[in-house]
Amino acid sequence: MKKVLIKGNNAVVHAAILAGCRNYFGYPITPASEIAEGSALLFPKVGGVFLQAESEIGAINMLYGAASSGVRCMTASSSPGISLKMEGISYLAGSELPCVIVDITRGGPGLGNIAPEQSDYYQIVKGGGHGNYKLIVLAPNSAQEMCDLTMLAFELADKYRNPTVIMADGTIGQMMEPVEFPQPVTTFPKKDWAVKATPETRENLITSIELDPDRLEVHNHKLQKKYAIIEEKEVRCEEYRSDDAEIILLGFGIVSRILQTAVDELRSEGIAVGLLRPVTLFPFPKKIIESYAQKKNIRFFNVFELNNGQMVDDVRLAVNGLKSVYFHGRMGGNMPTVKEVIGEIMKNMRQS
Amino acid sequence: MTILNKNVLQKPASFYDTFIRKGGTELKTTHYCPGCGHGILHKLIAETLSDFGIKDKTILVSPVGCSVFAYYYFDVGNIQSAHGRAPAVGTGYKRANPDSILISYQGDGDLAAIGANEIIQAANRGESMTVFFINNAIYGMTGGQMAPTTLIGQKTTTTPYGRNINSEGYPIRMSEIIGTLEAPVYVERCMLTDAKNIAKTRRAVRKAIHNQIDNKGFSFVEVLSGCPTGWKISPHDSKKWIESTLSKYFVPGVFKDVSEERESIPIKQERPSPGDYHKLMQIKHLSDLDDKVPTPAKTTFHEELKIAGFGGQGLLSLGYVIASVAMEHHYEVSWLPSYGPEMRGGTANCSVKISDKRIGAPLVANPTTLIVMNKPSMDRFENEVVNGGTIIYDCGLIDTPPKRQDIRTIGLPATELADKIGNTKAANMILLGVYASMIPHILSDSYIRWVLPYILENKAFHDINLKAFDLGYAYLKNK
Repeated sequence: MKKVLIKGNNAVVHAAILAGCRNYFGYPITPASEIAEGSALLFPKVGGVFLQAESEIGAINMLYGAASSGVRCMTASSSPGISLKMEGISYLAGSELPCVIVDITRGGPGLGNIAPEQSDYYQIVKGGGHGNYKLIVLAPNSAQEMCDLTMLAFELADKYRNPTVIMADGTIGQMMEPVEFPQPVTTFPKKDWAVKATPETRENLITSIELDPDRLEVHNHKLQKKYAIIEEKEVRCEEYRSDDAEIILLGFGIVSRILQTAVDELRSEGIAVGLLRPVTLFPFPKKIIESYAQKKNIRFFNVFELNNGQMVDDVRLAVNGLKSVYFHGRMGGNMPTVKEVIGEIMKNMRQS
Repeated sequence: MTILNKNVLQKPASFYDTFIRKGGTELKTTHYCPGCGHGILHKLIAETLSDFGIKDKTILVSPVGCSVFAYYYFDVGNIQSAHGRAPAVGTGYKRANPDSILISYQGDGDLAAIGANEIIQAANRGESMTVFFINNAIYGMTGGQMAPTTLIGQKTTTTPYGRNINSEGYPIRMSEIIGTLEAPVYVERCMLTDAKNIAKTRRAVRKAIHNQIDNKGFSFVEVLSGCPTGWKISPHDSKKWIESTLSKYFVPGVFKDVSEERESIPIKQERPSPGDYHKLMQIKHLSDLDDKVPTPAKTTFHEELKIAGFGGQGLLSLGYVIASVAMEHHYEVSWLPSYGPEMRGGTANCSVKISDKRIGAPLVANPTTLIVMNKPSMDRFENEVVNGGTIIYDCGLIDTPPKRQDIRTIGLPATELADKIGNTKAANMILLGVYASMIPHILSDSYIRWVLPYILENKAFHDINLKAFDLGYAYLKNK
């Protein structure tokens, strides 16, 4: 086990290179800038391209161009920057271009602040851009996962020809933890669909326009079918001490780390609490949550987020009224303490 | 006649024979209106691609506008893009695939309004691409609205009383603007009104593409073009209007041409072997070093450290060193800098967790040990320390000792002591020494002495850091 103590944001850069990504286009924004800076430092060393774009809009469209050629490419930003990228994200989804977008989320709305919020859930998971599209969304909760899920993101993006987002809050990005870096990826998918400026690919067309309503509907159905396959095959969810639990906590990203400590502390007092942590926000682990909701011994679900209650919508859809779902959210960049979380759970225990 | 048929009236090979992508029944004609300039410019480009033998390596980017459907006609690699973004898309493509020929084909609304930033920035970077800019002073595709190049007084569906300079400003001259930039190699405005001007445009098209083959950078050709449908006049009158009116405001000519002088700069992409990535990325494994010092056996241990003071006191580095050493001693660690709302008040702190088990929340709310170097941080964190915990503080900087009776407190004038041995900044290493001396079974002092120069890379401070560490390590024993 050879580990390096490294910031989550820097782990993303290393992992992208190990995943064979050679093209970075981005615009600086706190708290994601280390990813741009790290890429500026390292991409040229491996014969790659780093380009600081004129804007977030420029960056996401450069990604569109690079992805069209079939290379692995990425950008990183933070919430307000991601809002700006939404047009391009919709086009990427419509044209089915694989790429990786890192969102190191911060406080909003508007300029907000640079502190950790998770209020991008709606815009990343539910859309944000126009059209019937889905992004694959991965939510790391450690520096190691910033590495592992970045590598996975490139694989999934290529496998499904779909933009894939790493959504992590500023804490995960700024935190240093030991990371073990894997060996570099050396085999890549062929991408026969790309326009590679070769005779064989000359016939290819990258587009999201389709004037004919019937044909556009066919395209949309094709996309929905793809999303259904992703939902079938790519769900990832960590289940922590949840087997015999009576109370199920849910949270993603940094929140899950706080919940993990809360679970341990409550367990040591004999309270049967467990944690479900969605690692993929799309595909959302709805079947797993549903199966817990159907268990007789489950008393309630308690969702914690750094927002006004966004993922909790999906939890409620999965629980579908079978059990109570309580929510506790912090906003503005504040994080709940373990004590606060435990207090909330105890309060709900008295209620249910 | 036969010669004419064969050699002159032939469809260029860079066009498709039939326009299948267009759909419908008219597969031999374009979707463009009579009198529109797109068809002529398309043909001039297609001929050039064929003549230069570059059709296979050409990528055409067509953003929103009537020419969004250029991919119906051009038998090249096609990318359709968002409104105004073609220069950015082209930048991404060309950077990723420098062996290609990249053409961005844009209308006036696309290039001069919604995409004004993208074109200026791509031009200013001198991207290796060729941009064709159709200027017909109107939005054709959406049905005749005002363009940024609509003339003063010109009536459109969104300037029904004529373009008013007090409201809509002046028609924007893109060739003139781009011609002032340093990076572009060639900028010319042409028009398609008669055989002579079409021939001029043909030469411009060929030059702009050849510059890219020669790796000379960014070339830009603006073409004044008719839009009889949008202008609501006949094709014949539209030609006349370009000559009498449009070309008087948008004067044809060469605005910049350094094609001869400009050096050819081919882009080379050297790709090292994947086996070298770890080395190239400078991923350092301390455990790989030959002279490494053994680490103590791992034991049950859980520490929640808060290290706090002013920015510049080296507290984040102190936390980093502790976390690094503990990691090399096979413990789980996390290091979280003060960040976001934590930054209020100009003080800095970091949370370090060390545990033999998996670490949950990385933020330390209730430290088991607090290392503190200024008064505001002492005020803020003293009461957060757990019962039975420890506070190590710089008593030279904090004049009020902790009031708590249920904790161990260690005060030492770390900054003063660091001053005495020659560098105020080494105070953090004195505190490291004190801390390490309290848990010698967890953090090995000989390992720290060995590893410090590897972790703290500034060679100028190696000796003083070690001296400070030793001083701190002996401090409690000597006291």
